[in-house]
Amino acid sequence: MIKKLLFCGLLSFTTLGFSQDYIPKNDGVKTNTKNYTVFTNAKIYITPTQVVENGTLVIKDDKVIASGANVTTPKNSVIVDLKGKSIYPSFIDIYSDFGTSITPFNSNGNYSPQYNAKRKGYYWNDHMRPDVKAINHFKFDNSKAKTLQKAGFGVVNTHVDDGIMQGSGLLVALTNKADNSKRLLDDNSGMFYSTSRSKTTKQSYPTSIMGTFALLRQFNYDANWYATGNMSVKDRALQAFLDNKNEVQFFDASDKNNILRIDKIGDQFNTQYVFVAGGFEYELVNQIKNTNAKLIVPINFPDAFDMEDPLLARDVDLEDLREWNQAPSNPKILADNNITFALTTHNLKKVETFNTQLLKAISYGLNKTKALEALTTIPASIIGKSKELGQLKTGAYANFLITSGDIFDKKTTLYQNWITGQRHDINAIDTKDLRGEYSISSNHFLLKNDSLTLNIKGKIEKLKASFANNTDNFDATISFNNDWMQLMIPTKDSTKKEFIRFTSHIKSKTTFSGKVYFPDGTTSTFTANKKELEATTKDEAKKVADEAAPKLFPITYPNMAYGLNSVPQQETILFKNATVWTNEKDGILEKTDVLIKNGKIAKVGKNLSENGATVIDATGKHVTAGIIDEHSHIATISVNESGHNSTAEVTIEDVVDAEDINIYRNLAGGVTSIQILHGSANPIGGRSAIIKLKWGQTADQLIYKDSPKFIKFALGENIKQSNWGDYNTTRFPQTRMGAEQVYINYFQRAKEYDALQKSGKPYRKDVELETLAEILNKERFISCHSYVQSEINMLMKVADQFNFNINTFTHILEGYKVADKMVEHNVGGSTFSDWWAYKYEVNDAIPYNAAIMHNAGVTVAINSDDAEMARRLNQEAAKSVKYGNVSEEDAWKFVTLNPAKLLHLDKRVGSLKVGKDADVVLWSGHPMSIYSKAEKTLIEGAVYFDIEKDKLMREAIKKEKNELTNLMLEAKHKGLKTKPIEKKNKELLHCDSIDHN
Amino acid sequence: MKNITIIALLLITFITKAQQTPAAKQSEPISIEGATAHLGNGQVIENSLIMFSEGKLVFVGSAMLRIARLGKIIDAKGKHVYPGFIAPNSTLGLAEIDAVRATNDYDEVGAMNPHIRSIIAYNTESKVVESMRPNGVLMAQITPRGGRISGTSSIVQLDAWNWEDAIIKENDGIHLNWPSTYSRGRWWLGEASTLKINKNYKKQVQELKSYFSNAKAYNAKNTTNNKPFDALLELTTAKRTLFIHVDNEKGIVDAVNFAKENNVNNIVIVGGYEANLVSSFLKENNVPVLLQRTHALPNNTDNDYDLPYKLANKLVKSGVLVGLENSGDMERMNTRNLPFLAGTCAAYGLDKETALSLITLNTAKILGIDNQVGSLEVGKDATLFISEGDALDMRTNKLEKAFIKGRDLSLETHQTELYKRYSKKLGN
Repeated sequence: MIKKLLFCGLLSFTTLGFSQDYIPKNDGVKTNTKNYTVFTNAKIYITPTQVVENGTLVIKDDKVIASGANVTTPKNSVIVDLKGKSIYPSFIDIYSDFGTSITPFNSNGNYSPQYNAKRKGYYWNDHMRPDVKAINHFKFDNSKAKTLQKAGFGVVNTHVDDGIMQGSGLLVALTNKADNSKRLLDDNSGMFYSTSRSKTTKQSYPTSIMGTFALLRQFNYDANWYATGNMSVKDRALQAFLDNKNEVQFFDASDKNNILRIDKIGDQFNTQYVFVAGGFEYELVNQIKNTNAKLIVPINFPDAFDMEDPLLARDVDLEDLREWNQAPSNPKILADNNITFALTTHNLKKVETFNTQLLKAISYGLNKTKALEALTTIPASIIGKSKELGQLKTGAYANFLITSGDIFDKKTTLYQNWITGQRHDINAIDTKDLRGEYSISSNHFLLKNDSLTLNIKGKIEKLKASFANNTDNFDATISFNNDWMQLMIPTKDSTKKEFIRFTSHIKSKTTFSGKVYFPDGTTSTFTANKKELEATTKDEAKKVADEAAPKLFPITYPNMAYGLNSVPQQETILFKNATVWTNEKDGILEKTDVLIKNGKIAKVGKNLSENGATVIDATGKHVTAGIIDEHSHIATISVNESGHNSTAEVTIEDVVDAEDINIYRNLAGGVTSIQILHGSANPIGGRSAIIKLKWGQTADQLIYKDSPKFIKFALGENIKQSNWGDYNTTRFPQTRMGAEQVYINYFQRAKEYDALQKSGKPYRKDVELETLAEILNKERFISCHSYVQSEINMLMKVADQFNFNINTFTHILEGYKVADKMVEHNVGGSTFSDWWAYKYEVNDAIPYNAAIMHNAGVTVAINSDDAEMARRLNQEAAKSVKYGNVSEEDAWKFVTLNPAKLLHLDKRVGSLKVGKDADVVLWSGHPMSIYSKAEKTLIEGAVYFDIEKDKLMREAIKKEKNELTNLMLEAKHKGLKTKPIEKKNKELLHCDSIDHN
Repeated sequence: MKNITIIALLLITFITKAQQTPAAKQSEPISIEGATAHLGNGQVIENSLIMFSEGKLVFVGSAMLRIARLGKIIDAKGKHVYPGFIAPNSTLGLAEIDAVRATNDYDEVGAMNPHIRSIIAYNTESKVVESMRPNGVLMAQITPRGGRISGTSSIVQLDAWNWEDAIIKENDGIHLNWPSTYSRGRWWLGEASTLKINKNYKKQVQELKSYFSNAKAYNAKNTTNNKPFDALLELTTAKRTLFIHVDNEKGIVDAVNFAKENNVNNIVIVGGYEANLVSSFLKENNVPVLLQRTHALPNNTDNDYDLPYKLANKLVKSGVLVGLENSGDMERMNTRNLPFLAGTCAAYGLDKETALSLITLNTAKILGIDNQVGSLEVGKDATLFISEGDALDMRTNKLEKAFIKGRDLSLETHQTELYKRYSKKLGN
């Protein structure tokens, strides 16, 4: 009974301020308290830039009534004097998953893949859930709310963090003193997206990030089509998406490059996303700025590694060391570049660390006003609530913080966090500040002869105390609540483990007295008198110096070892007296000069000269065209979209990774261009990216201008899923027989699609079929992963049926068996030099394949499919001399001119012909000898690899690593948090690689 | 008609599946005259004369000497003669097709398998094995994989009717995979797939220590039959070599000290990516290294792009005995590229003859078979080959003749037969 009453009492208490007219009342009489609360004499940040000293803030119910210097106080006001204290608008976190939850999918031991959506009446893909509403999955989380209150937050914008399209958000005031009728400010507060799959389903597609991007595009097209009313079904996902198109669109990109990638998709559909950043945006700040996107920036700055063990420490890569040094300046650099951003607690392991991380960002140069804006006015404006949130003007929610001073000062105490007019006590506001040094006097014989000093430090809400006499120092435990202080110190005899306790009711900050309790049970009295201190200023100065922003190491691109400060520039270079492999009619020319100018091959001949050219004596050396790798999987973050048997809608161009060290290593092997192919997980794979290895430039700059269009197809064991384990036996095709039907079916559909498109009738835009139609229209070329002759022949026949040619068979290890048919079909072969025996279908693979195909008249290339071998493609070409006696001149074309032909790039690259791009390599000797090295690798006349410069870079890397290592050791020595060493160890991708997400 | 087709098909299948017939015993002495002889011990003889009889080398010297040529004379002017290359730490013949489980015989269940013997599973008829010979790889150490102690290896020559005939040295050593310093996060459990410090390192080393101590205790007096312990004890009683597969500096030091504490005399480091960082320690303890594939990417982004290329040079220059091994991705078929692994060492610091010794005499010494093979020296097996040019360079590694114990090998393979068949079909 008592319990029940108590419960009712609590209820009526919490609803005091908010009882509504239409709610019946049975536990008393209806009252109407229309009092105002007025805060006076405070320094008020009405906005981050509008600050009033000695200001007044008037609130009533959940709103601000007035604020400023000259505000009249209404008569029925409760007045709170805040002399010496400050008021700030409380913080807003617009990217949160506060209080929401989902039920993850349970496989129940069934590991076979799921290809179709579980949900019906929604989009065909379970990972697209724009119809999800956070409010339907929301439960106010009291303990989390308290943590956020302590960190200074008043409002969060939460959502269900699940899936690619995650549905609509919910704006929540973090008060536990009102119910959902008051604290849910907006239950349609933006649409949310991420790059991660939904945990509620195991639908296979998309398995990769490039599949995710393609799906996003197709979904947008489908929504537009749906909007025209041409779709015969009701789709609640498309409908929800359309309904919310004008809401703020939040995209958790989590990574600087993904921001750039996704922004491009947004541009395609006139959507400007607000991006959740990754924390390293400073590395690409100009590109990020050019997106015009607003950002939500996490401040989970990395801890230092524990570098004590030198044997382990040397494995930490320079990029990780730099991240530690540079990441805390991310907010500052964004601010310096006028990028609009809000800060978030997202990605922090513990919200409790938010304030320390924030102070760190400030100590790294983030302007305090900017910091405050990023937590108040900017997030409010991003969600279109500038009038209600983020500031303290009339009409705004009464969401504010009362502090002891500058909110961005370490020593400042947060007293109260008011949310929608409700007070939340964080630290007692009337607590006396006891911090200082006191001399203790007592009559008791144990203390009498010591000149005892009590030192009280720390924060007001968390004091630390120590005692000192002439000789010793003891830590004491101290507590201070409601003006009662308790202190405890051990006795001097440390063997006994006995304690002396002090207690005092404190009335004055300068002197206090009370009782002492001794271990033997006796009691006495003591008095403490505050000392005047002068020495502290020196300590403070030292501390400030310690906390000053550390030295920032230079940011390169890519921001890692061998990264560059600036993009290599075109030069005029004259190679003198070299052996020149022209790959043209002239063949191999001895003692010949090559002039490079304006990014092109300007002249090839004897006794050339050119004013202003850098002359390089190449006597005894060889000059060749740069190597071209027809089949590579470096420089991409994703290789396979294996969720469907056809994925023509995905493209590697979406996921090019300009920060892969293997670009640099390939350059060191004389490689200048590569085709990054989709993998071989499905009969119809994704589109290629054809790039130049312009190390130091961003992904967009790497991709060929007016690039020829390519797509990967695949045959054989991989697409039949032969080696995928026993669970993967349901996707069509599981045999070579089925593969043929997949192609026929898709091409037939593409043909019909193309006809419809050309007819001018309305049609549903289908990226996949459109891509396949490009093949039929001879605008896109197939490079098909292939091994055994039967299926190679089959695909040529399918192509014949649809009146086009397969462009390239890649790998093509049994090409030698059907070389005559290949010639007839006019298809090229890009093969391995000597790989075999790794699976059943390469049992008849022979190293003479290139030679036989070449002799039969096929255009032959040798490819790598391997980041390591790619940098020795010159040697792989040499194997064709060994196996099958191909002439050296022709063998060299296998890795230069022929792949250029296969990629339709031979008008631009692949030989030393005047007018072609100056993609050129200087070799120390015969280019196909194992004893030769690439000394210089040029792309379009700019030197991208130089063996001498490489040596200097090695030294610089060593030096920088040492300096950073020392700084980390110093951090540990200072007692800062460190984490155990961890290596990123980027996985090398190849044909069979599947994204891990 | 149908029957005939089937028979024809069968015949073709038979032909393609059949392996090269092992060569017969040397029936008459052979003299190779005029070649540049690379002896494998660092020396070169221009215009050489090499004579062998009954499988043994009887003369290695200059062709200028006026001595009688024995038996059949091979004119090798302008060509090069090398001792047969040796591929240590290899799974040749233990698996045929990586992706077909039924063909795989290199990894037995269990952590501690010193008693597992590779030799009995070695398939002399392997098509992969025969493809070694045309590149000069004529011998291999057949080595089991997996577990903490993988098992016992044996050394074979690569042209034999059966494993028994193939043996050069049976049960030469036991292979121990030293605990690693790092372990990879299990991404399928939602962990980041980064490398983290292996927290169990100490425990794993302790397990090994306890295993060895128990073997010792068992040796003192024991009634039960424990085959794994019996095998392990042969490390000391039969002077087997302990091959410790380990890459990092700390692991190498720990492993060598561990082996010493257990009275193992013959210790070899296999892999040894960081061996050059403890080269003086290795030299002091007389521990050789079978160095990992030189055709590899550096482990760390920061590393010199050519670090794996020059590891051998660093080790050799500091006085450690070094051989090259080729384990890793697609290792069996790739083993025919062993000569080029050595060629790369020559491109990155070593002189060519020293580079050659990394796949000949040094390896023979490390495997304990240098009294028999590894160099062109009188009294050793006539296991050698003639190449058109420099055998360490792809362009010029073209074998004309190869001999194992004087037996004149076939250099044809499944692959050369397909080459000929289809070249003929296409009229080339």
